[in-house]
Amino acid sequence: MSFWQDPVNVIGEWIRSFLAGFLPEAWVTFLYTLLSVVIVASFGLIIVIFLIWLERKIAARFQDRLGPNRAGPFGLLQTFADMVKLVTKEDVIPEKADRLAFNIAPILSVVAVLLIWAVIPFASGWIGTDLNVGVLYIAAVGSFGILSVLMAGWSSNNKYALLGAFRAVAQLISYEVPMLITLMVPVLLARSMGMMEMVQDQDLWFIVLAPVSGLIFMVSSIAEIGRTPFDLLEAESEIVAGYHTEYTGMKFGMFFAAEFLHAFTIGVLFAILFLGGWRGPGAEEYRVLGVVYLMLKGLFGYFIVMWVRSTLPRIRIDHMLSFNWKFLTPLALTLLILTALVEKIFEGSAWRVPALLIGNVVVLVISFLIVRVVSRRTAKERVTFKKRPEARPA
Amino acid sequence: MTAEQAIFLFISFVILFSGYLMVTRANLVHSALFLVVALFGVAVIFVLLDAGFLAVVQVLVYIGAIAILMIFAVMLTRGNATEEQESVNTGYGWALLLSSLFAFALIVMLGQWQEIDALAPALSAERDTIVELGTALVSPDGYVIPFEVASVMLLAALIGALVVARPQKKGK
Amino acid sequence: MIPLSWFLYLAAGLFALGLYGVLARKNAIAILMGVELMLNAVNINIVAFWRYLTPQSMSGQVFAVMVFAVAAAEVAVGLALVISIYRRRKTVSADEINLMKW
Repeated sequence: MSFWQDPVNVIGEWIRSFLAGFLPEAWVTFLYTLLSVVIVASFGLIIVIFLIWLERKIAARFQDRLGPNRAGPFGLLQTFADMVKLVTKEDVIPEKADRLAFNIAPILSVVAVLLIWAVIPFASGWIGTDLNVGVLYIAAVGSFGILSVLMAGWSSNNKYALLGAFRAVAQLISYEVPMLITLMVPVLLARSMGMMEMVQDQDLWFIVLAPVSGLIFMVSSIAEIGRTPFDLLEAESEIVAGYHTEYTGMKFGMFFAAEFLHAFTIGVLFAILFLGGWRGPGAEEYRVLGVVYLMLKGLFGYFIVMWVRSTLPRIRIDHMLSFNWKFLTPLALTLLILTALVEKIFEGSAWRVPALLIGNVVVLVISFLIVRVVSRRTAKERVTFKKRPEARPA
Repeated sequence: MTAEQAIFLFISFVILFSGYLMVTRANLVHSALFLVVALFGVAVIFVLLDAGFLAVVQVLVYIGAIAILMIFAVMLTRGNATEEQESVNTGYGWALLLSSLFAFALIVMLGQWQEIDALAPALSAERDTIVELGTALVSPDGYVIPFEVASVMLLAALIGALVVARPQKKGK
Repeated sequence: MIPLSWFLYLAAGLFALGLYGVLARKNAIAILMGVELMLNAVNINIVAFWRYLTPQSMSGQVFAVMVFAVAAAEVAVGLALVISIYRRRKTVSADEINLMKW
């Protein structure tokens, strides 16, 4: 295997043999693992710097602005300037805050996202650890994110922060349900929960086999990261900044970075589960190409998140909950049952792909028809003006 | 001491210490957070026992759902659970005595058992325990009936919780 | 290699802590937390016995999964009860919920 085909493993082998020269075997494994962890984690943290710039640029274009353009070429250094600003700011901890939880929450929010990167297959043979329960692992570490939001909101000792945390928990726990159910559809199709096998099984991208599931995954993931239209947990016009109202300086920076990285991670997960991951022409041969493909597909998913964010207004909280429980969850369950049935009936037959595709379309059409009938039957709320008591000088 | 043993000792210290803090802290949210730490430690123990699936499910079910529900309930019933209030009831001395007696008895009984220092037989590398677990859960000569009963029980718990916690209509 | 006894001692300690929590705490939610601790101690035992004594059959892991399901159901119903009691009586202290006591 030459250097150009697989630079990471070649360099890795070289480091291994270098360390083995003067260290015992156990230490070599330990140091090598530590080094890999540091590399994967810092990859995630470094890419955030670029992502923040990208998002600001693209969001600006959506709003007919230029975006950051002063610091460095195309404003590329803007994020560094922001970082300097955040680091040098005073670190304020509210008087009655619960210090331990207050300080751990931002770290936990970054950790929750970085942990996902441990099972992301970057290219053929490049993966942090190929867990055989990779998909379940992703769902599990997501719960640390919920925990960090709850801790931040509670420990700030601020009613807006607490309200934000309550909303966040209601939203995140609810949207975890359809997300987990749709995650099972690619698992069924690939017949494995391992991320690497999932990618290797996608001779045909799963978005073709399960388009509606992909859509549900995207929607519930956007709710999971709390972005517009699901940004009720930090709705600035209602509850200041939600759970991170009291955070300043670098602690706020951590929440900020975690949110951006999480959004991109969602894009990458979408690419792995539905868009074939690192697969593409020549990716098996030259593994760096696989990383390029994965990042391009991930950025496409991220672009969708940004697109939705700059297009849709915020959803009302009761709409948010009923959309989840009355629409997404039943739809996701139906699709899971449909996929399981079709996979079993058409096992090994050429009709598998068209049957899945047609089944998805039929389910989507029927669910939209049901929604139409129901929404016609329910009486529309009339928004009326109520006379309020006038304020008069006493 | 091997690396595994060192990890085990460290993790069990973390579990027991955070468990101790959990039952003694007066502040209930702190208690719940220490409960999370202890439960996470148990997940690590499952990893040491080669039960990766159970470890992930432990994190998903306990930390993702149960602990968060606990914290949520503490916050909803906050008016009464302030930090200053006495956290233990009057009979806590008896509780202490009883639970330490129980622990002592368990340890003595365990010490008398001969096979206790058995080492784990090696799991063969080709075995995929997840596939086996999945098959065992749904195969008719496996555990399909307990599995179905468990799912019915979860549904019953869901509906029961909804009925119990639903606010009463005024005037009834 | 870790001997089986270490896991059993750990589980015994954890179970005793949970027992103390259940018996001594006043707050109903804290009592539920103690129950969780005890269930976890039991689960450690189950999985340790599976790994050390009967790794060839999967019954140990299946039983642990059942314990997860029971724990989830128990917490859901328990917390619903606690919240319902709190709504009516404005207290979650187990000492003050004594209507059935004589």
